[in-house]
Amino acid sequence: MATEITLEVARYRPGVDSEPVMQSYQVPLREHWAILDGLTYVKDHLDGTLSFRWSCRMGICGSCGMTVNGEPQLSCATFLTDYAPGPIRVEPLHNFPVIRDLVVDIDDFMTKLPKVKPWIVREVQSPVEEGEYLQTPEEMDEYQQFSMCINCMLCYSACPVYSLEPHFLGPAAIALAQRYNLDSRDEGADERRDVLSSPEGIWACTFVGECSAVCPKGVDPAGAIQRYKLTAATQSIKELLMPRSLSSRRKG
Amino acid sequence: MTNSHDVVVVGGGGAGLRAAIAVAETNPALRVAVISKVYPMRSHTVSAEGGAAAVAAPDDTLDEHAYDTVSGSDWLCDQDAVEAFVAEAPRELLRLEHWGCPWSRQPDGKIAVRAFGGMKKKRTWFAADRTGFHLLHTLFQTALSYSDIVRYDEWYVTKILVDDGRAYGVVAIELATGRTETITANAVILCTGGCGRVFPFTTNANIKTGDGMALAYRAGAPLKDMEFVQYHPTGLPFTGILITEAARAEGGWLLNKEGYRYLQDYDLGTPTPEPVLRNMELGPRDRLSQAFVHEVEKGRTIDTPYGPVVLLDLRHLGAKLIDAKLPFVRELCSKYQNIDPVTELVPVRPVVHYMMGGVHTDLRGATPLDGLYAAGEVACVSINGANRLGSNSLPECLVFGNRAGRAAAVFAARYHREVPSSILAQGRDEERRLAAELGRRVEGHQRIADIRTEMQATMENGAGIYRDGDSLTKAAHELAELRLRFQHAGIDDHSTSFNTELIAWLELGFMLDVAECIIDSAALREESRGAHQRTDFPARDDERFLAHSLVRRQPDGTSRVGYLPVTITRWPPGERVYGR
Repeated sequence: MATEITLEVARYRPGVDSEPVMQSYQVPLREHWAILDGLTYVKDHLDGTLSFRWSCRMGICGSCGMTVNGEPQLSCATFLTDYAPGPIRVEPLHNFPVIRDLVVDIDDFMTKLPKVKPWIVREVQSPVEEGEYLQTPEEMDEYQQFSMCINCMLCYSACPVYSLEPHFLGPAAIALAQRYNLDSRDEGADERRDVLSSPEGIWACTFVGECSAVCPKGVDPAGAIQRYKLTAATQSIKELLMPRSLSSRRKG
Repeated sequence: MTNSHDVVVVGGGGAGLRAAIAVAETNPALRVAVISKVYPMRSHTVSAEGGAAAVAAPDDTLDEHAYDTVSGSDWLCDQDAVEAFVAEAPRELLRLEHWGCPWSRQPDGKIAVRAFGGMKKKRTWFAADRTGFHLLHTLFQTALSYSDIVRYDEWYVTKILVDDGRAYGVVAIELATGRTETITANAVILCTGGCGRVFPFTTNANIKTGDGMALAYRAGAPLKDMEFVQYHPTGLPFTGILITEAARAEGGWLLNKEGYRYLQDYDLGTPTPEPVLRNMELGPRDRLSQAFVHEVEKGRTIDTPYGPVVLLDLRHLGAKLIDAKLPFVRELCSKYQNIDPVTELVPVRPVVHYMMGGVHTDLRGATPLDGLYAAGEVACVSINGANRLGSNSLPECLVFGNRAGRAAAVFAARYHREVPSSILAQGRDEERRLAAELGRRVEGHQRIADIRTEMQATMENGAGIYRDGDSLTKAAHELAELRLRFQHAGIDDHSTSFNTELIAWLELGFMLDVAECIIDSAALREESRGAHQRTDFPARDDERFLAHSLVRRQPDGTSRVGYLPVTITRWPPGERVYGR
């Protein structure tokens, strides 16, 4: 095996570069080294000016999403040896404005997230002294998968709708809405309905399924969206037949 | 530029978000802000795996949780703090449940609990083995429902502003733009977590650079019990990624190279096929990590390119249990070690995991500096003493995050003052300093990473699982030299846009302060207790050292260590007994 591999890294410094330029670095090619280890090697030994986000380096904090050879990846969970002999092209996530080098601006997601009310909504909050809201393992299974989202933005980077229609709520936000809609402790499905059923919500999705394909945590946002489309369609039909107050308590 | 709030929380992890919500609930009229160097859901709480302890089962009692915590701490905790902690922990975990935390359940829908190290009863609540992740995201998403909580995401705090013994806010840099701001407040709550990155091999995320400890220390608040550094017995070699204690609680075994459950040789009980509480693999972390060192000395570990390892055996648990209770362990082993724990042994070694010490606070989270509060790993109340029990840290973030938030809210309202002009002048000075540092150009400069790497090696060699007077003296000299070199460290990046090199330089300055506090506190504690093991003073010495160390910064920048008595309410110092 070669002892080194080339990283071709997209550089962009606002005010200096008018557009991103690629810069090549030779880094050690070692077993167990993630793309992220290659980048920190660059930062520590070759070029202190390279900027990228990272923190947990164990695939759970969601900081280090990048585009690696054209695919959105967590750079801490993608390994150099899998790309040998290289070169490996490392770019910022697509579909986001670039702040600097590999750092993208995710403010749009952070602004959209509260719109889907990703928290427990209940008419009456029981005092904690009365103990837990009971929830069987089967009831947990209903939403467990959608609760695994680490907000890494890989799904937005892969989503062809988001690239064309920036108003689209996007896969992770909708999956999180469904995570609460499907939680037996929650009664907020009605409050989330307007935003989810709006043109920027589920109906914008053309079900390409790229979001689920790139999700590093198996969340399946595409499945969440499809399931909600079915719920929303059923709901509209029901509402023609009966008043909203009677049909609104159904989950999902 | 100046911004103003009533309460400013520094750090957006478990303790910080809990504190912010507590402020908002205590007094909705208060303007509260959370300043964090990462988006809150990236905070290191996200990496906690195994669980959160709180009495829940009918056969368990608060006294038993308290006793386990006190004996686990080698009697260095404050027992009034522990009593408050165990009493409030169940309520906090239930509150998280009401906020949507997906705690694992029993078939009847009630909360499930699992065993954990050093605990005599099953009382650890868990969300599979991603407890910290679920806890953090539940808190973050719940905090979004409080629209009045202002967030400064990706802002880095460089200084606490103090006038006449009272904190009045901070100065921070916005990473995206390089803009510096003086952010004033009538109370500041530090929730910045620990400092594992001071050491070379750690479970801690890149962001755990002891910022809050150093900020408080520079502002004049003392740091307590800094010599107590927890090594978790099971980290993956090379990466240092944590393999949760829950793996042993569910029945995993630790084997040496001969396939022998070596813990039986270290007064931790006799091996049984099923896990037994406070026995063998369910002993406390300090004792297990120390046993590893002795196995190395006996030549019974396996050498790897990343140091000696022992083996964690989960094979007998079977795929079904592992997938249900330890799915993240399987994912991490597969991804980072190319190993499937269902069929293969997992190589592990002790890894720096947690700081028992931190900013000295009382039971309300208040530091000796008026208006400055701290909670979570950055703080030392102390419930952890000389050794923290696994699964006590998440509830600590919640219980004391809540307490600090409530106390700070009351303080900010009751002692509301106009911010003195001297504070604004200090803020301007700090903003000018930061602008100068950004332009920092030094001829033939030292690389930040080189100094950092040498500091980490110094800490491992000088203040590892076992220390002695010589190793600590040597470390103190090396740190002094590294400090000089740090003065000559330059940066290549002079951009105002997301300048991570400037941040790394500021973090290194903080880490050097924290490292010095650890070494100086360890050098003066001439006894062995919990995680602080001195080969030249192998016994516990209650006569001289049943006391907290308090390290203060002197005007000349050097540290001075003093002592504070331990609070004992109901459990007089005794022998730590495990496995018998």
